[in-house]
Amino acid sequence: MTDFSANEQSIQKAGHEAGMGDYFALLKPRVMSLVVFTALVGLLVAPVPVHPFLGFVAILCIAVGAGASGALNMWWDADIDAVMKRTASRPIPSGRVAPGEALGIGVALSGFAIVLLGLATNFLAAGLLAFTIFFYLVVYSMWLKRATPQNIVIGGAAGAFPPMIGWAVATGGVSIESVLMFALIFMWTPPHFWALALFVKSDYGRAGVPMLTETHGRDATRRHVVVYTLLLVPVALGLGLTSIGGPFYMAVAVVMNAWFLKGAYDIWQRDDAACEADKHAVEIKVFKVSLYYLFAHFGALLVEAALRLYGLGGWSW
Amino acid sequence: MVIRVEHELHTRRKGRNAGVGLLLVGFIAIVFGLTVVKVLQLDDIRQFETFDHAPRPQLMPETEVGQ
Repeated sequence: MTDFSANEQSIQKAGHEAGMGDYFALLKPRVMSLVVFTALVGLLVAPVPVHPFLGFVAILCIAVGAGASGALNMWWDADIDAVMKRTASRPIPSGRVAPGEALGIGVALSGFAIVLLGLATNFLAAGLLAFTIFFYLVVYSMWLKRATPQNIVIGGAAGAFPPMIGWAVATGGVSIESVLMFALIFMWTPPHFWALALFVKSDYGRAGVPMLTETHGRDATRRHVVVYTLLLVPVALGLGLTSIGGPFYMAVAVVMNAWFLKGAYDIWQRDDAACEADKHAVEIKVFKVSLYYLFAHFGALLVEAALRLYGLGGWSW
Repeated sequence: MVIRVEHELHTRRKGRNAGVGLLLVGFIAIVFGLTVVKVLQLDDIRQFETFDHAPRPQLMPETEVGQ
């Protein structure tokens, strides 16, 4: 009872008590929506049908697992989140949720999602989900993020696993298709984030996070955007030649890659004076294009799968 | 000290408690749904029906019992 009262007093001092919305915000719902979309595509384009309820539970588990890793990331990064304008209003730095609560929720939801996914589908999918959470928390958040400007490059793998997990849910295995879906997100992440870093430059520096813009300068970052976009193109087109690709996907991929490459080239051609003059209009535009890029590629895979139902998708018709 | 029903904490945490309640109901629905789907997906439903912590051969069709 004493503890209970003390808890009440501390809450009253803080002036706020966490509600469900605050806990939900810990799960990074916007990131979760991208995870749900790519995992769902991975599951639906696989050649093995999945019972709709098992598919629903699998996607729920992947979403909860992604949310759990988001909560664990917020617990670990609370100190730098408080410094950056973009993240200062997150539940922990704003004082709405205690760090220990975020840790507890992250650990509990991770265990729940992994075990339920294993029991509902198969343990390869569960193992991949466990590895994703481990990778995001330990390899990216704890190790790479504050240590190297290449943090985004390797850490991007954590966001690339969901379609591979969706594929594993359906097939129980890993194949060239799922590896290329992984590679597409993996190669897309660096130019996507560096475009963002080019127009929120001061934030990462203040937080002491070694983003490429701070350690190697903005010109080097612009060159990296072009190089990684060039490396992304063969991955995106290669995916179209596999069993889940087809003419429709390839047409979308050609257009989107040309658009993204043009944007990367435009960024490369600019200098700081031009950026200041138009308030980073090109960088902001390329960042938005990068979001359309990923949505269009996975959407096109979904369309190919739907066409295959009518004997139209793929390269065989 | 006994917590009274009208304690201020109850109203303050009403939303949170309702949320936890909904999550638990959702969890029960998921486990129930998984059970139904998994049982219906058994190739031969007798795998499930003829085992009740001990084999129950009386539930097997006669031709298979005799084999």
